[in-house]
Formats: sequence, structure tokens, C-alpha cells
Amino acid sequence: MAAANQRMMPALAPVRVAGNGPADDLRAILVVWKRELIRFLRNRLRILTSLAQPVLFLYILGTGLSPLISQTEHFNFRTFMFPGVLGMTILFTSIFSAMSIVWDREFGFLREMLVAPVHRWTLVLGKCLGGATVASIQGAIILALAGTVGVPYSPVMILTLLGEMMLTSFALTAFGVMLAARISQVESFQMVTQFFVLPMFFLSGAIFPLSDLPAWLAVLSKIDPLSYAVAPFRAAVFSQIQLPAPLARTLDPGMSWGSWVLPVWFEVAMIAVAALVMLAAAMRQFAKTD
Amino acid sequence: MTVVEKGVVAAELRAEPAVLADDLHKSYGELEAVRGVDFEVAAGETFGFLGPNGAGKSTTISMLCTITRPTAGRALVAGFDVVREQAQVRRHIGLVFQDTTLDDYLTATENLSFHAELYGVPKSQVRDRLQQVMEMVGLWDRRTSLVRTFSGGMKRRLEIARGLLHSPRVLFLDEPTVGLDPQTRSHIWSYITELKKRENVTIFLTTHYMDEAEYCDRIAIIDNGLIVASDTPEALKASVGQDRVELHTSDDPETISRLAVRFGLEAKMSEGSVAFFVDQGEEFVPRLFAELGIRILSVRVARPTLDDVFMNYTGRTIRDAEVTGSDKLRQNPWMRARSR
Repeated sequence: MAAANQRMMPALAPVRVAGNGPADDLRAILVVWKRELIRFLRNRLRILTSLAQPVLFLYILGTGLSPLISQTEHFNFRTFMFPGVLGMTILFTSIFSAMSIVWDREFGFLREMLVAPVHRWTLVLGKCLGGATVASIQGAIILALAGTVGVPYSPVMILTLLGEMMLTSFALTAFGVMLAARISQVESFQMVTQFFVLPMFFLSGAIFPLSDLPAWLAVLSKIDPLSYAVAPFRAAVFSQIQLPAPLARTLDPGMSWGSWVLPVWFEVAMIAVAALVMLAAAMRQFAKTD
Repeated sequence: MTVVEKGVVAAELRAEPAVLADDLHKSYGELEAVRGVDFEVAAGETFGFLGPNGAGKSTTISMLCTITRPTAGRALVAGFDVVREQAQVRRHIGLVFQDTTLDDYLTATENLSFHAELYGVPKSQVRDRLQQVMEMVGLWDRRTSLVRTFSGGMKRRLEIARGLLHSPRVLFLDEPTVGLDPQTRSHIWSYITELKKRENVTIFLTTHYMDEAEYCDRIAIIDNGLIVASDTPEALKASVGQDRVELHTSDDPETISRLAVRFGLEAKMSEGSVAFFVDQGEEFVPRLFAELGIRILSVRVARPTLDDVFMNYTGRTIRDAEVTGSDKLRQNPWMRARSR
């Protein structure tokens, strides 16, 4: 035992601590990202409970609403709901991940990160990447249910949706982190849900088509940033199923400004720009010192 | 080899103070939390900031740790300026806060690995270093347990281990034992004393427990944002007054008269023993045995406590000096950071 201790002694020489170069930035981003994943994978209950909600929407609400849309026996309302439920899954998961910053602040861990000799922006980026990864995993689990609602497993569609979900979850997590920077109490999370998450969800076209809406609702849905994420999801899904043209137009109208129907690439570009803007805003929030 | 290296490091450290504060101020609007403090902490020293809650201890420590920007004045930690060389300062300090800053949902090892990676501890050293610091605080056996299964004392020990992981030059301990039971407090102190022997580290701590200030090489008493006294605990106590000596002898009345005649001391009976005040009581006792000529049954020397010192310099006991809860909240930079 004493011999073992003797052997340990030389390592007591001070460790060299790294600097602030690009490699150090990358390491800091990765360690924050890794922590998000460890916490996510460890909390199996959270994975299950956060999957329960989309499953209820898809199979209960989707089935319940199906008789209302009986124009064609070939179409099931659940198929319409599917891309919306993907959007819902990543919306809730991303915001929840971002809000864990409020927990970290409440329970002190945020301080451990903020006093570390790393650039603040690396912590924010790591957090956003972590939240986006977790949300994309949840989205991918729902995506695996495609076959049960009449959506074929097309590799192109799956890759397109995965890519779109990653980008969208990153933007949503960055948005959530920006909000979380200003929130001091865990209780305020309820407020974020009521004032941001639920309106974004309801107005996004996730649970009803954004066609033939009253003017006020049409305007609100165009203001909702999530609409521009749900539309590409739906376009990807609907490209895989055969529908009579009028029905397809009703259920998948896409987003339009005046008479201009936004192409999918434009919507994706909008999400990418939003992601960068939100990330920059979140980084700015955390760059401040007292 | 190691000895030589340590010698070099020690010489290098001795060249400059580990911590230097020069007329440091911090105001929050109208409220002046720290009103110009000056002090130096030599390398290897254990320096304590003693004062009631709200005296400016936490504000000073968070300025030194680069968390709060000073309103005026200058501070160097490990030779680096806390404002201009923030990253360098952070790299060379370890921090243990009043409240826990561990991730409850990670294991002890995961918490420490996170820290090691954030501080860029070289991969080749991480494993050994992790084992060393966890063994030092007696938590190596619990390394795979989730932190939320830990008691308050274990969490504090893990935080001390984490604070040392990257071999900081200065370890800051902000109220390291607050909220812990007396037994755990004394355990924490034995770990701190032990680590001082093993690691070449300067310790800067704050406390409002008088008895804990005695573990320090030097202390500064802070009240209302100002340092009112700074010296070794011994010197501070000596500056306050004499020691009280209580004796039981085979002949108490004769003892009292001999004390008056031979030593010029005015003694009297107090609660069944002969009691008197004298400078340097502990050094006086051997003389007493040699020269009194009466059989002494027991001796008790009571030294002035730091409570007496605080009372002497501020006119209040530390308990009376505790400010009201709301002021405390306003002065605590963490609470401020949260409410923003």
C-alpha cells in the first residue's frame, strides 16, 4: 500500500492546463455536448414521458379526427398529423433541453461552467448542439413509427427529414437558451410553455392544415416561425404518398406570402438563418459579466 | 527529481504574492459592498477572510475569481490581473462555492471528468489525477455513485477534490463548511489541512465561524466592506488582551498571596478556583510550577478567542453584526446574477 502511494507521488507534480486555442474551444463544446447526452440517456423516464405526448397526438387525436376528413377512403388523418407530430416532438424536446440551463443555474452547476477558463460561446454552442442532438434522437424515434400511419420508409424522405429535424431542433434549442438566459426560476418554465411553446405548436399547421383559414389565423400562422419548419416536414412526407391533387392542395398548401408559395429550400434557408441569429443572441446573453 | 521540481516551483511562487488586492472597490448602485480593501497573500499561505454575512467577503472573493468586475482598484491572482487577464487567472485557481455546483445526475467521476476536460487537463494525466484527488477526500470508493446520493459533507469534499483537479496555484474556499454539522465540519478541515501538506497550494477562504479562522496562517477581519484588522490569529488575539489562568492548588489562599507578592498578579477566587489574568499565559505556567512552591492540582489557560478580537475591533459580536436577510440578498453577487 505504502509502495503504491509512493508510486503515485510523482503525478502530484502540477498538471499543465491548456490555453484558449481552437482545439480548446472544440474540447469545451464537446464536453458540454457530451454531458447533455449522458443526462438524456440516463433519464429513461424522461425519454418515455416525452414520447408519450406525440404518441397520444398521433394515434388518439389522429384517429379521432379521421372521420371528419372522409373525402377519400385512401387517406388517413394520421398521415397528415405525422409531420406535425415530428415538429411537436422536436419543439418540446428542444425547449425542454434548453430550459435545463435554468435548472443548472438553480442548482449551481451553471457556475461551474461559467468560471471555467473557456470562451463563453463554446458553452452556449455545446448546449445548443446537445439539445439539438437529444431532440433529433427523439424525432428519429417518432420517425421510426412512419409505417404505422401509412408513410413508406423511403430512404430519401428519411434522410431529408432527419436533416431538417436537426437544423430545426438546433434553431429551437438556441431560441430556448436565449430565453433561459433571462429566466431565473424554474417556475417560469410554465410561462415559457404557455406563451411560446403552445402558441408556436398550435399555429404551426402541425394539427390542422393551414388552408382556407380566417384571415387573422392565417396571419398568425405566418408569424409563427415553427410553420416554416412543419411545412418542409410535410412536403417531404407528402412527396411519398399518392393523393388526388385537390386534397393534396388542401392538406399540404405549403407556406405562402401573398401569391408566392415558398419553395422548400427557401424555408430551410430561413430556419438556418433563424438558427444562426438565435445562436448569436444566446451567445450575447451569456457573454455578459456582472 | 520531484523534490527538485517542487523546490523550483516553490521558489518561483515565493517571488510574488499569490493574491494581491490594491484598494479594491465594488458598488452595486448606491450600495457599497466593498469599500477599498488592500491585502497580500503569500504563496503557500492559508489566508482567511473573517466577517459576518454581508460584510463583503463573497463580493471580494468573486472579484478575485473574475466573476465580478471591480468598480475600482486592482487585484492580481497568481500574478495575473483579474480584469485584463481573466482567462489566465481562471486557469490557475480552484473554486469551492458556498452552494454546491455539482451535477446531481452525473456520477462523481463524471463530474470530475467534465471539469478536467473543461480545464484541459491532459488526457494522459486525468486518470491518475482523478484517483489522487478522490482518494485525498476519501471518495474513491464512491466514484461511480450518482452525486445526488451523496450527503452534504460528501458533496463538499467532492467539490474540494474537483477544485484541486487542475493543480491550481490558489484554492478559493467560500464558506467551505457552511450548513454542515460540526462533525462534518471538522472532517472537512482535516482534509483541507491534509491537502495543504500534499499540494503546493495557497488557500484563500472566507468564514464567519470564529473557530475556523484559527486554521489560517493569517486572517483579515472584514466588516462593512472594510478590513478592520489583519494579522496572524495569535497576534490578533494577543492584541486583544491577556490570558485567563485558573488554578486548583492544595492551598488556595496562600497561592493568592504568593501570586501577589512574587509575581505582582492580582488573583481572586472564582467559582472554586484561583483565577487571574496574565500576558502569555502558556509561557507563564512553567514559571508558576517552578516558583510557586505550592502543589498545583490543575491549570487551565483560556486564551482570548477571535470572538473577543472581532468584538474588540468592531464593537459588536459577530452574531450581532449579521445583517438582515434582505441586505444579505442584495450583497450576494450570486443572487444578483440570478435575479437579472
